[in-house]
Amino acid sequence: MHTIKVLGTGCPTCQRLLHDVQQLVVAKQWHATVEYVTDIPAIMAYGVMSTPALVVDEKVIAVGHPGPAKVAELINNAIT
Amino acid sequence: MPESALKRPSLSIGWPLVLSAAAAWFLLYRLLQPFADWLTYGLLNLPVGSHLGESLAFFFYDVPKIILLLSGMIFLITVLRSFFTAEQARAWLGGKREGAGNILAALLGVVTPFCSCSAVPLFIGFVESGIPLGVTFSFLTATPVVNEVALAMLFGLFGWKVAGLYLVSGLTIAVIAGVIIGRLRLERYVEDFVWQVKVGQATVEQEKPSWEERFETAWESTKEIVGKVWLYVVAGIAIGAGIHGYVPADALAQALGKNAWWSVPAGVLLGVPLYSNAAGVIPVVHALMEKGAALGTTLAFMMSVVALSLPEMVILRRVLKPQLIGVFVAILAAAIVFTGYLFNMIL
Repeated sequence: MHTIKVLGTGCPTCQRLLHDVQQLVVAKQWHATVEYVTDIPAIMAYGVMSTPALVVDEKVIAVGHPGPAKVAELINNAIT
Repeated sequence: MPESALKRPSLSIGWPLVLSAAAAWFLLYRLLQPFADWLTYGLLNLPVGSHLGESLAFFFYDVPKIILLLSGMIFLITVLRSFFTAEQARAWLGGKREGAGNILAALLGVVTPFCSCSAVPLFIGFVESGIPLGVTFSFLTATPVVNEVALAMLFGLFGWKVAGLYLVSGLTIAVIAGVIIGRLRLERYVEDFVWQVKVGQATVEQEKPSWEERFETAWESTKEIVGKVWLYVVAGIAIGAGIHGYVPADALAQALGKNAWWSVPAGVLLGVPLYSNAAGVIPVVHALMEKGAALGTTLAFMMSVVALSLPEMVILRRVLKPQLIGVFVAILAAAIVFTGYLFNMIL
């Protein structure tokens, strides 16, 4: 079971990333939970300065929203 | 959603598509005036020189023109910004001294992709890594002041000289505000938790995006921003068109001209509640200027609209104590008023 986290402060891009990731998990049938992290100290602990950021199994794999196709590829690489 | 739809979310945007779009853009831009004239005086058959005709021709010309300019400029600016990241900005600013650091911070603030919701993590990331408070403020001030929507609309309605003047004075204000805050040693008014946050080591090894990915991101932001502001643009231009056709020339020279000393601070005050509505405000201001309002007053008003924004202050309140927010707002307001007087005096 993998843990995917979307770090965000509530901006439109953060919510779009969260939405896209949730859709991808269903569509691709990944064994993963999706979590939305909004707590500032928790976000800072990952060392990112811009939100949203995408974390898979405690490793930051993307900052910003690089587009659904790229997100799918990045997560896929991270969990296989 | 079926998997195939997720695999290919949109067609890939490469150089050929972007170049043909640019060609189509230029062609459309050339056709704007003939189209507006044809629509007003041909199709609607309004007499040339009538109030309604003047207003409508203005409206039909300005709406498509501004939407075209906005889309084009936001696309270009986003592509430019895809070459910069906040992490890189932090690395460049590390170890820079006051002065040079403030100037670099203001410049980077303009080109770094940044949404106001990132202000808090960015602020913490900057001060934690030892970047002086004043330099951090220069960065955070430049971003909203030199806002891409305002810049595109100023360019479209007032021309490149006014847009350039706005850009330079916005940068100057960001540098000065940062230097003053640095000198005042206000670190104690930063919320205490900020100094305790443990900032992790960024371990993102993100590959450089390809041109296709840059274009795709740019297209997404263009759609998002234009989708958000177009209604304000249309409303603003409609009001502006009414003023253009109906208000006699120089009617406002008394109230908003150079000699009305109180008009600059009044404009700044008026701009505060209109935050983030540069899109709707600029066409109205443009029409007012035609009727005798002074440029300095106008610029001060527009800066106040974008820079002194309540939502921005609410976000910053999470990391700053009220005293520091107060000082920040006071410095910004004073700098903007000063800029207004300066331009009224020299132009």
